[in-house]
Amino acid sequence: MISFIFKRVFQSVIVMLTVALIAFALFRFVGDPVNNMVGQDTTLEERAELRDRLGLDDSFFVQFGRFAKNAAQGEFGISYQHRRPVSELIAERAPATLELALISAFIATAIGIFMGVYTAIHRTALLSRAMMTISLIGISLPVFLTGILLILLFGVILRWLPTFGRGEVVQLGWWSTGLLTTSGLKALILPAITLALFQMTLIMRLVRAEMLEVLRTDFVKFGRARGLPDRYIHFKTALKNTMVPVITIIGLQLGAVIAFAIVTETVFQWPGMGLLFIQAVREVDIPIMAAYLVMIALIFVVINLIVDILYYVVDPRLRVDRAATGH
Amino acid sequence: MTLLTIKGMRVEFPSRRGHVTAVQDLTLEVAPGEILGVVGESGAGKSTIGNAIIGLLEPPGEMTAGEITLKGDRIDTLDDVQKRAVRGSRIGMIFQDPLTSLDPLQTVETQLIDTIRENLGVSQSEASDRAVALLDAVGIPDPAIRIKQYPHQFSGGMRQRVVIALALCGEPELIIADEPTTALDVSVQAQILDLMKGLCRDRNVGMILITHDMGVIAETADRVAVMYRGRVVETGTTEQIINAPTHEYTQSLISAVPPPGRRLARFPLVTYIEDAQERPEGLDLATHWLGQSRDYGAASETLLDIENLHMRFVTRASIFPSKRLFIDAVKDVSLSIKSGEVFGIVGESGSGKSTIARMVTGIYKPTSGSIRFAGQEITGLSRQDAAPMRRQMQMIFQDPFSSLNSRMRVRDIIAEPIHFHGLAASNDEAQKIVGDLLDVVGLGAQAAQKFPHEFSGGQRQRISIARALATRPRFLVCDEPTSALDVSIQAQVLNLLKDLQQELNLTMMFISHDLPVIRQMCDRVGVMRNGQMLEVAETETLFTNPQHEYTKHLLDLMPKFTGFGAQAAE
Repeated sequence: MISFIFKRVFQSVIVMLTVALIAFALFRFVGDPVNNMVGQDTTLEERAELRDRLGLDDSFFVQFGRFAKNAAQGEFGISYQHRRPVSELIAERAPATLELALISAFIATAIGIFMGVYTAIHRTALLSRAMMTISLIGISLPVFLTGILLILLFGVILRWLPTFGRGEVVQLGWWSTGLLTTSGLKALILPAITLALFQMTLIMRLVRAEMLEVLRTDFVKFGRARGLPDRYIHFKTALKNTMVPVITIIGLQLGAVIAFAIVTETVFQWPGMGLLFIQAVREVDIPIMAAYLVMIALIFVVINLIVDILYYVVDPRLRVDRAATGH
Repeated sequence: MTLLTIKGMRVEFPSRRGHVTAVQDLTLEVAPGEILGVVGESGAGKSTIGNAIIGLLEPPGEMTAGEITLKGDRIDTLDDVQKRAVRGSRIGMIFQDPLTSLDPLQTVETQLIDTIRENLGVSQSEASDRAVALLDAVGIPDPAIRIKQYPHQFSGGMRQRVVIALALCGEPELIIADEPTTALDVSVQAQILDLMKGLCRDRNVGMILITHDMGVIAETADRVAVMYRGRVVETGTTEQIINAPTHEYTQSLISAVPPPGRRLARFPLVTYIEDAQERPEGLDLATHWLGQSRDYGAASETLLDIENLHMRFVTRASIFPSKRLFIDAVKDVSLSIKSGEVFGIVGESGSGKSTIARMVTGIYKPTSGSIRFAGQEITGLSRQDAAPMRRQMQMIFQDPFSSLNSRMRVRDIIAEPIHFHGLAASNDEAQKIVGDLLDVVGLGAQAAQKFPHEFSGGQRQRISIARALATRPRFLVCDEPTSALDVSIQAQVLNLLKDLQQELNLTMMFISHDLPVIRQMCDRVGVMRNGQMLEVAETETLFTNPQHEYTKHLLDLMPKFTGFGAQAAE
C-alpha cells in the first residue's frame, strides 16, 4: 500500500508540473508582461530595467524553475488589475467558494444517495417514478438556466430569498464564513441548490444502477434466505457494496463542483474564486488565471489521491496483501 | 412425524405469452434427520422448489396451488414478516457458488454474529461464542482467528463451510441445499458432503439436497425424488432409484452417467428426452469441406511434443526483485501426443491443466521450455509464422455461453476462421462449408441463419465444435468441453467428439476434472497437481493400477456410483 501511495504521489507531481508549465506559458505567450504592467509613457530604458529586474531575460528553464518554486510556496506574483499579491486575493475569495462547493456537494451526496437507494428498493413506487422524472430534468437543464429560474421564482416572484451576494459574513481568523448569520445562510440556499442539482441527479442515477446490480447478487439472496431483515440487507449489505464505485464519481464530482462553480458564482454574483477568475479573464489578469489553473489542478489531484486511499478503507480485498490470501 | 410436507404444489411464472408452469402437482415429504435428494436436469424446476419453500420466488413467480407445512404449521400462506421469521430460524438455505454467497466487505464474524443475533435474539458476547463454535463445528481450523477474516481469505471449500455455518446460525429444522458442491473440486466435494451428512444426523435436521449429479445423490441422500419438466416422475429410497428405477426417464438418466468402472464404446443416450438427436447417418466426411482434403503432409508418429514447459505468472509486481511474488502455474512438464491419439489431462482446479492448453494454442507464451508441433518448434514463432500452425490446431472451450459472440449469426461465427485463414475462394464457398459442418455436428444447415441465444447449451457446444473443425485441423484441444452441460447432453456431445475423432483421425488433448469422462474418452492420461505432471499412463492402466499416491487418492474420491446400466449389464 505504501508503494502504491508513493507511486500515486509521484504521478501527481508530474501532473502538477505539466499544469504549471501550461500556466507559465500564459505569461510568456499571452501578451507581453511588461506591457501589461507599465503605463504608456514609460521609457524604453525603464522597460529594459524592469525586464531585467523581473528576470524576463533569463532562459526559459530558469524562468520556469523560478515560477514553479514560487508557485509551490503559493506565490503567483501581483495581480495586474488589483495591484495586490494573487495569493492574498485567492485566500480572501477561497472561503466563499469552498463553503458553497462543500455545502452543495454535501446536499448532492446526501440527497442523491438517499434517492438512489429509495428508487432502487421501490422500483415501481409512484414516488420513485416522480424522482426519476425530476432527475431527468435536473440532468438536462443547464446550470445557468436552473439558477435563473430559481432566482425568478424565489427571489423575484416570492421574494423569499436574496438573489445575489453572500449576505453578512463573520471573520474567523482569515476565514470568512456566511454560515453564522441568517442573511448569510439565506444567501447560500439558492446557489447551493443550483450547484447541487446536477451532481445530485448524477449520484442518484449512479447509486440506483449500482444498487440494483448489487441487489441481484447471490450474497443478498443468501442474506434474505437466512432471515436478515430488509433494513439490514439494504443498508448494511447492499449500500456498502454499492459505495465502492460511487466513491470515485463523488470524489471527481467534488473537484468539478469547486472548479465549475464559475457559472453559478457568475449568475448569483457570489464573491468567490470563480467570479475572481471570470473578472481576470475579462481584464487579461494573467497571474490570477495562472494561479487559478494551478490551484484547481491541485484540488483534483488531491481529491483523486484521497479517493484511491478510500478504496483501501472500504474494500478489504485490496487492503490485504495478496500473498496472504489462502488458496 | 414428518418435518416438511408439500402437497400438490404448483408454481407459475406469468409472462406476456401466457403462464409458464415451473412446478406442478408436487408432493414431497421430509423427515427430521433425513436427506431427500431432488435430482433432475437444468430447467426441471428443482431450484424453484427450494425458493418456493423458503418464500423467495423471484417475482413475478408465485405459488398458485398446494400447501407447504413445516411441523404442522402452514408456511406458504404467511405474510412477509412471518415468512422472514421462518427463514433462517426454521429453514436454512445453502447456495451453489460459495465465491458469491458471502458479502465481500464484511468479516465472517460480522456476518455470523449479525445473523445469530437477528434469529435468536441473544447478546453480542453469546452470539460471538456461538459463532466460533459453529465455525469449529463445520470443520474450520483455528476458528477464533479465522473468524476475523474476510471471505476472500478463504478457499472455495472453506467458504462453503462458512456458508453452511451461516445457514445453521438460526438453528433451523430444515436445510435446503441447492447444488452445494457443484462449484467445488472432487476432493473438496467429498468433504463437504460428509460434513452435511454428519450435521443432519447429529442435529436431527432434515435436508433437501438439490443437484443434477447422480453421484452426489448416491453418496448422500436417503431418499430421492426425480424431476422432469416440473413434475416428480419417481420417488423412492436411494437404493431403489439407483438399482431398480421404474420410470423410463430415471432409467435413461442413470444409464447416461458415464460409468467409472469400465470403458464403453459409446455413451448411452437419454432417449426419453425428445430433442435428443444423433447426426444423420451416411454422411461421408471425406467429401466435406467441398471435397478438399487437408493440405499438409502425412502425420508423423509424434504430433505434439512438449519438453520442460514452464509458466510463471507474476502475482505482485515490484521494483525490488526480492519483493516480487510469482505463481508457477506449470512446472517443468514434458509430454508427447501421438498422431491420432486422445490424450487426457486430469487434475483439480488450479493444477495448471488449462494453462498447458493455452500455451499449446499460443494464447499464453511459456516462460521456458519447448513445444514442437509436427516436428516444428512453435514457441518462438511470430504471429505470421504461427498462423499455419494455428490453423492445424483448434480449441473448444468450457463455457458454451461466453465462447460464442452473441452478436454474430452462426454462419458468420463458423465462417470467421475460414476467412481468417483464407481457406475459401468466395463467401459462397465458405457458406457451403458452414452448411456441411453444421450437418456434420448434427444441427442441420438451417441453423446457420440463427443467433447463438436461440440454442441450448449442448447445441452451442456443437456450434463450437463446428467452428473448431472449420479450418480442417488435425489437432483439437478440448478444455472441459462438457463440464457446463447436463449429463444427457454431455453424452451426446462426447459421442459426437468421439465419432469425429475416429472419422477424421483427429488428435486430441482432452482436459477434464471428471475421471469417468476421461476414462471413456482418452487413450492415455496425465495426472496433474500444482503445475506438475505426476503420472502419465495408458488409461486402463491408470484406472486399474495407479502408481502415484495422488492418483490413488483421486480414484478413491471418484463417486462410487456405478449406475443402472452397469448393474443391468452384470
